[in-house]
Amino acid sequence: MEYLFFVVRRLLWSVVVLLGLSIVIFTIARVVPGDPARIALGPLAAQEQVDKLRTEMGLDAPLPVQYARYAGGLLQGDLGRSLLTQQSVNSDVRQTFPATLELVLATLILALAIGLPLGVLAGRYKDSLFDNLGRFVALFGVVTPSFFIALLLQLLAGYVLQILPVSGRLSPNLEFEANRTGLLLIDSLIAGRMDVFGDAVRHLILPTIALAAATIGQIARLTRSSMIDVSRKDYIEASRAFGIPNRITTFTYMLRPSFIPTLTVLGLEFASLLGNAFLVEMVFGWPGMASYGVRAIMQNDFNAVMGVVMVTGLFFVLINLVVDVLLGYVDPRIRIKGSQS
Amino acid sequence: MSLTTPRADRLRAVRRAWYRFRRNPAAVVGLAMVLLVFVVAIFAPLVAPFPEHVGGFVDFRNRHQPPSWTHPFGTDNAGRDILSRVIFGYRISLTLVVFVLGLAVPFGVLLGLLAGYYGGWVETVIMRLTDVFLAIPALVMALAITAALSPTLLNSMIALALLWWNWHTRLIYTTVASLKHEEYVEAAKVAGASDFHILFRELLPNCVSVISVKTTLDAGFVILIGAGLSFLGLGAQPPTPDLGTMVSSGANYLPEYWWGSIFPGLAILFTILGFNLLGDGLRDLLDVEVN
Amino acid sequence: MPDDAPLLSVRDLRVSFRTFDGQADVLQGVNLDVPRGTRVGLVGESGCGKSVTMKTIMGTLATPPARVTHGQIMFDGQDLLTMPAARRNRLKGTDMSMVFQDPTTSLNPVFRVGHQMEDIVRWSDRRRGIQRNHKARKARVLEVLEMVRLADGERIYDAFPIQLSGGMRQRIIIGMALLNEPRLLIADEPGTALDVTTQDEILRLMDDLVREEGLSLLMITHNLGVVRQMTDHVYVMYAGSVVEDSPTAELFDNPSHPYTKALLACVPKLDGTATYEGIGGSLPDYTDPPAGCRFHPRCPHATDRCLTRPPAFTVRPGHTAACWLHEPEAHA
Repeated sequence: MEYLFFVVRRLLWSVVVLLGLSIVIFTIARVVPGDPARIALGPLAAQEQVDKLRTEMGLDAPLPVQYARYAGGLLQGDLGRSLLTQQSVNSDVRQTFPATLELVLATLILALAIGLPLGVLAGRYKDSLFDNLGRFVALFGVVTPSFFIALLLQLLAGYVLQILPVSGRLSPNLEFEANRTGLLLIDSLIAGRMDVFGDAVRHLILPTIALAAATIGQIARLTRSSMIDVSRKDYIEASRAFGIPNRITTFTYMLRPSFIPTLTVLGLEFASLLGNAFLVEMVFGWPGMASYGVRAIMQNDFNAVMGVVMVTGLFFVLINLVVDVLLGYVDPRIRIKGSQS
Repeated sequence: MSLTTPRADRLRAVRRAWYRFRRNPAAVVGLAMVLLVFVVAIFAPLVAPFPEHVGGFVDFRNRHQPPSWTHPFGTDNAGRDILSRVIFGYRISLTLVVFVLGLAVPFGVLLGLLAGYYGGWVETVIMRLTDVFLAIPALVMALAITAALSPTLLNSMIALALLWWNWHTRLIYTTVASLKHEEYVEAAKVAGASDFHILFRELLPNCVSVISVKTTLDAGFVILIGAGLSFLGLGAQPPTPDLGTMVSSGANYLPEYWWGSIFPGLAILFTILGFNLLGDGLRDLLDVEVN
Repeated sequence: MPDDAPLLSVRDLRVSFRTFDGQADVLQGVNLDVPRGTRVGLVGESGCGKSVTMKTIMGTLATPPARVTHGQIMFDGQDLLTMPAARRNRLKGTDMSMVFQDPTTSLNPVFRVGHQMEDIVRWSDRRRGIQRNHKARKARVLEVLEMVRLADGERIYDAFPIQLSGGMRQRIIIGMALLNEPRLLIADEPGTALDVTTQDEILRLMDDLVREEGLSLLMITHNLGVVRQMTDHVYVMYAGSVVEDSPTAELFDNPSHPYTKALLACVPKLDGTATYEGIGGSLPDYTDPPAGCRFHPRCPHATDRCLTRPPAFTVRPGHTAACWLHEPEAHA
């Protein structure tokens, strides 16, 4: 029961954050110098045409009204129209988002699968050779720009060793449309196309590693230090004094409290992961939201930019909602306090 | 445990700090790296072998020369010495760091102090605003802002400063929230000290170690994000030697002329690593939590 | 093994720590006995080494930085320091058990109380070769919760520590120590983190349990009031060694070591006759301790003799003091 309250509270809070985000983005979009109608029509269009479009676009209404319309659209899932192509931003996003989602999910899975065990073992066997090596690797993961890792991987695995493709999501000779979930890995499995699946995996490997490196480093470092913190707690000494075997003390009584800081930071870290996804997508020519967004930015298509930022923000908020719900599950203190106040 | 004289206590604290710093060679190395970058950037015209290669200089006979004694990092597609451009590129990176953190840290700290000390609606407004800004992926938002304001170095600095303050607000808020019930604060209050005095004379000095550790670590991450922005073409515009821009323009000539991209990339890595090692070392030394 | 031999007997225990400032000899030859069925107190100010003594006995001392350099800890006739790790582990939480001090930090915040208590039963069963299923284990947990006078055991079994008050958590901590019917209970200042009324309840509960279950108790504390109320025999520690030991009543009537006297003088009396007096100075730096008796820099009776470490002299039968003032020749 208390858990349900907690989840509902987190949900409401997510809505508030998204509302705030939309205000921030709207403000930025409207303080920007330049007339969206003029941008849409180009410098050669006549002033009357521009004025007409301004009215059509609702740009002559007072700002609060404009925001209300914009937010109303958002609530119905409408991101507006691209200033340049006049296409709905929704359909553009729908086309590009699955590629980004696939990359980001694969990255999260890889980062957790490597970062957590690395951190747990390094913390458990503090100052051992494994710990020192692991810390070294983690440090470089954190401090190396993801686009640089991406380039290095391209150079090494793509050009020198020539074992993996360096660009795109799928080899051009393969005919396949991911029309169920948009995720190639899943749709190809559903369709029973193992050739597509294998090819998609091969394309996914390098971008995923490049994008995961920083997160692996962060997770490993945090988990390590929280394992060490927790190992000094009274309740761990108590567990030893009561004769609970070391492996149970380490992998049950220490592990769960250690995950709390890791999870918390992982949620926040997800923002920089999304940012890095833009860079990595550019390097690997990944047909995701990044190339769409960067193109929109370069062409001053602010509606499209707002759409991309809004979707990225929504993605971030959703992941954090999941993280919070997990945190509430792992840490009773959070859910009990969270359901009261 | 001990009630020895304050002087002896201080001496002991210094000895202890020095002991820890010595036992942490990584921190010493980090300090050396950061100092090196600063010195090289400040004296760039004296240090760089070809200072004239920094601007729009072109020498097509010398383009894409591999690393050699004359050009340790090789030359780029316009025949310019990459080492010289990297050295000048550090000036841009450090300018970025100083500008962004110089704006964001004081602002963030001030908000954190206010939120932590006053509580109530001040806290609610500030911290909820902070939460909203946390939900914005910094790089993506900086992309949007920079693009909206037109891509220049100044604009990317403004964009990053706009997105950076909230981390310091959060950190100082938690620090102050735990400090404000300390006896010396209560004592100052009872003694009738003004809020201004308590905020800036009692609380702020106790946040200095947290702020310095966080700021040092941030310096590396500002460079990291700044490099990402310029990698996408939204930082300093050519021919200004910006490290991120150099990596991306060099990438056009991969894999044959790998040095055009790799050396500037390593140069970025070097600074970030330096700031990180130093920041981690300081954190251990001052024994603070900054997450 | 004759039954009148002490259940726990610590002989010349020395422990040192590696620290920033060099080696610190934190225990320099501690001797103490806990006879069967008695309640023994170990008293001293914070940092005197009583917690290290306790952790060494329980085997929870972190090594490194600490190192046991010398000594014996005999439990029921066997030396804990030399026995194989597996045998020693079998004793932990079963024959000898511990009551932790701080109810806010000694329970794992993310597991239910029942889970934590049942795990103690389960793993000690495993080590001792006892077969018990979940139901039987839970029954034992509920039984113990009742023993520590916690009504509504079922609710507590399913609760997380944060949902319970400090006093309830302290009772649970006591219960954890009792789960496997220990013979020796080591208690680290139970209840000091609680308010006075609750602490008093906790102490009374401990006292009842010790009597009902026929336990031997080693109580570690800095509180002389607790010592007087809860123990039969008391050891006074200062800077890493026992400076005086005596039957409790005798100690209060006839304190013999200057440190003990000073300590007793610090306790305000209800009749208001005694004035509050602190002990000048502070505990010495363990990395650079004073030569000889470590108390001599603070001692009003210090002489040149004190530069040599005094052995424990018998003041009366069962009462010793490690101070040259009590050297037999000095009386003669």
